[in-house]
Amino acid sequence: MNPATGKPPFWLLAELTYRCPLHCVFCSNPVDYARHDAELDTAAWKRILGEARALGAVQLGFSGGEPLLRDDLEALVAHARSLGFYTNLITSGVGLTAARARALRDAGLDHVQLSFQDSTRELNDFISSTRTFDMKSRVAAIIKDAGFPMVLNCVMHRFNLPHVGRIVDMAERMGADFLELANTQYYGWAWHNRAALMPTVDELRDAEAIVVAHRERLASVGQAMKILWVSPDYADAKPKPCMSGWGAVFLVVAPDGLALPCHSARMLPGLQFPNLRETSVRDAWFDSAAFNAYRGDAWMNGTCGTCDERHADHGGCRCQAFLLAGDAAATDPVCRKSEHRGRVDALLDAAAAAALERGREAPLRFVPGAATGGGLVFRGDAASLALSAPSSELQAATP
Amino acid sequence: MIDSRARPAVAPMYRLQFEPAQDAWVLLYPEGMVRLNTPAAEILRRCDGQRSVEAIVDDLELAFACDGLAGDVHAFLCQARERGWVHPGAPS
Repeated sequence: MNPATGKPPFWLLAELTYRCPLHCVFCSNPVDYARHDAELDTAAWKRILGEARALGAVQLGFSGGEPLLRDDLEALVAHARSLGFYTNLITSGVGLTAARARALRDAGLDHVQLSFQDSTRELNDFISSTRTFDMKSRVAAIIKDAGFPMVLNCVMHRFNLPHVGRIVDMAERMGADFLELANTQYYGWAWHNRAALMPTVDELRDAEAIVVAHRERLASVGQAMKILWVSPDYADAKPKPCMSGWGAVFLVVAPDGLALPCHSARMLPGLQFPNLRETSVRDAWFDSAAFNAYRGDAWMNGTCGTCDERHADHGGCRCQAFLLAGDAAATDPVCRKSEHRGRVDALLDAAAAAALERGREAPLRFVPGAATGGGLVFRGDAASLALSAPSSELQAATP
Repeated sequence: MIDSRARPAVAPMYRLQFEPAQDAWVLLYPEGMVRLNTPAAEILRRCDGQRSVEAIVDDLELAFACDGLAGDVHAFLCQARERGWVHPGAPS
């Protein structure tokens, strides 16, 4: 792409570390994260932030893993703010004391996004395999007391969709400015756990109706909290405009310096992603083969390339195409026009069949630090190494 | 309607800044950005919680050597309040 005419990244997501105290079963980190544990140092991050800002990047997310595990977070926030970034902290809350919140505020942090796993202690703690619900509730108050705008993020799946009304109530009580109800996207850990996490179409419709009713109620009483319902694209059968297009606005920098167009892309075969230890942000973004692979619409097959929606949805998600169809350049299989849509329907049918069986299911039992439970594999170093061993069939496209 | 004596301020959720790469003033907020046109930027830059709407209108009319801007400024500030960009502030 020509730097003179191409657009720079607007959003920079700095994944400072893959280390995390939580073990969420839908973690967006790659399944093989434990094999990429050489983290960039403070000086390298400062250089990358400076290069991205000079290109025109505006929004900056500090993410992970858990970014609060980096003791240079305050220094990086201060540097980013001095460059003119709008700085977002995306956190589980673990480690966010009142003193640290003030220090981050003083360093110029603009906004905090706090994750919750549920409105109940039992399910929050089960899904993250940590005793964190009460801590998160305290941290929400710390964030508000420090004066930050606050987004609560809750990943939604069949276990917590029935609680959606209570999750909205909880967010309101905590004074959230936004509530993001992020229906599970099936990559990485969530892909591995898809059979246990997948809700039925009816469960999704019921939950969405409750969200719509809450939105109307909030608007009618002049409450400012906004609710974002991330489309469950398997059920909605509508390809999402993934990352607003490959290499269009979003640049992820992984903890080891790899530059990626999304959180998940490093598992796609055949692409050599540039590492910012040795490549500049400019060269990685504009000139690398990987960032140009699915940019624009020249790569599209006949189905996408002639579709009226191609400028709206950019052909959907490349990682989903790879996972479901075995080909990253295929039409996103959630689309009704995809020849592989039957594989998505089969997953939804399996979820519906599983729901009928459920009365006999044993209740979920929270065991701190468990490796497995409830038909789920929890994110953790040992599981990461085991699932990414050369003999593992995890990456195979056999839903 | 916004009281002419109110002293509007950009809401705490938003940050107003000039973006060299866009050659424009923008409003930044969690995970997003609004690119402002020139009149919107000129009004918002004066929403400092100190100046009244009346003073903002006077200042703009002086800066751009024209008059009759009160209607436009009021209309914009009403929109901006609806979108949550500004707090109207108490009358002085």
